[in-house]
Amino acid sequence: MNERDAPSRLLRFAAPALVAVLLLGAWQGLVVAYAVPPYIVPSPRRILETLIADRALLAGSLFVTLQIALTALALATVVGTATALLFVQSRWIEMSFFPYAVLLQVTPIVAIAPLIIIWVKDTRVALILCATVVAIFPIISNTTLGLRSADHGLVNLFRMCRASRWQVLARLRVPGALPYFFGGLRIASGLALIGAVVAEFVAGTGGQGAGLAYQILMAGIQLNIPRLFAALVLITAAGVVFYGTTVLLSRLALRHWHESQIDDER
Amino acid sequence: MSAPVVTVSGADKVYANGTPALAPVDLVVESGEFVTLLGPSGCGKTTLLNLVAGLVTPTHGSLTWWGGGYGATGGPGRRLGFVFQSPTLMPWARVLDNVRLPLDLAGTDKASASAEAAAALRLVGLADFGRHLPRELSGGMQMRASIARALVTRPDLLLMDEPFGALDEFTRQRLDAELAALWLLRKLTVVFVTHSIYEAVFLSTRIVVMSPRPGRIVADVAIDEPFPRRDDFRVSTTFARHCQHLSALIANPDVPAVAA
Repeated sequence: MNERDAPSRLLRFAAPALVAVLLLGAWQGLVVAYAVPPYIVPSPRRILETLIADRALLAGSLFVTLQIALTALALATVVGTATALLFVQSRWIEMSFFPYAVLLQVTPIVAIAPLIIIWVKDTRVALILCATVVAIFPIISNTTLGLRSADHGLVNLFRMCRASRWQVLARLRVPGALPYFFGGLRIASGLALIGAVVAEFVAGTGGQGAGLAYQILMAGIQLNIPRLFAALVLITAAGVVFYGTTVLLSRLALRHWHESQIDDER
Repeated sequence: MSAPVVTVSGADKVYANGTPALAPVDLVVESGEFVTLLGPSGCGKTTLLNLVAGLVTPTHGSLTWWGGGYGATGGPGRRLGFVFQSPTLMPWARVLDNVRLPLDLAGTDKASASAEAAAALRLVGLADFGRHLPRELSGGMQMRASIARALVTRPDLLLMDEPFGALDEFTRQRLDAELAALWLLRKLTVVFVTHSIYEAVFLSTRIVVMSPRPGRIVADVAIDEPFPRRDDFRVSTTFARHCQHLSALIANPDVPAVAA
């Protein structure tokens, strides 16, 4: 890319920021101009005020939701990667168990969440399990694909060098699977958050351990629409941070060699 | 006299889907030979090379290496080196780490593996590129790194599967010349696969001409020209005569060959 075609770093942030300012401005303007009541559509300014006023309540709930989502993501990463490593040990294992991973993926979480909540005594643990179930599939399928995608020539070279199974895995399959794994992680991070929110909707837990989903539910019932929007803003912001973090991790791990992370500066 | 490096006795290959890749073949490669398997696509030359490498097992027939089974390879004086059609370097590893891979897999200690890998890189003219990543190298340089990796174990039999097929003509000729020099220097035994008649004549002591459908050997031609062969060999009349003879063999594999 030459200088003229390449959007500058500043513009890359400025352009979407400008869109945000325009949209929020229009929103604010329309709500004020038509005197829309806050229980229908609150103005951005009103949402910001609610965020500040309810900060203690919302921050507590945000913490709960983040805790569930992050624990689930960690669990999905560990169990998902272990499952993928098991799958590539033999075609038989993969053939026998992969359909069940798919089954887990295609069953809507809202349908199995009540069961998990009944079976697991501790609600927090039940919510973590639900979010894990939602987040685990992209990790399993991407990592399995990555571990299987090792260059055929290199596999032959390892064979000719009489490399052990372990050497092939550690020196060839695992490094080659990293780009696929990070692709899976990026999707899973968003799904873990969605899973945490959806499961809490189903569980409907309140009190001390209430997450953001509960605040949305209650705000809806109480017609406290500004608070509903404020909670929504926090969930969205958390999702963006999750996504950004996985992108950053992927960049740190792959920037020196993988095509996806190499800038077109040459 | 010691046993031949490789003996192929009536080996053939029929793939699982029933495709006959190679009709029964007999071939003996003696120590110090530069044997080229020459033929058009689909003539089974890569299959034959993979048989010799032990990467493919024959459907019928058998092979021996230094008079023994495949288990006898890999030891002192019986090492195999393999160069693929593409460089097949690990993109995440530096060139030096790619080159030392066979030694690392064999459990050679780090210091001597590094020294051997550096020496192999010097041999192919990449002494200053050990710290680079494969993607920072040109196609020709990547191929040199791949050759350095094959040489790092000091192989006694070097197998090469169209290693320079993807390179431009200039780079190819230069690497051919360097390979010929290496073969002399290291007293290697080489089995080389190509579909370029010129490359085959320039490099080989012996050319095995193959033909497709089914893949089989149609002629075994000695190139009794002295080494070292320099660029003027490429424009000599003997060179042209060999090329003409081989072209005729490939064009009409079923007509009995007239001696060159």
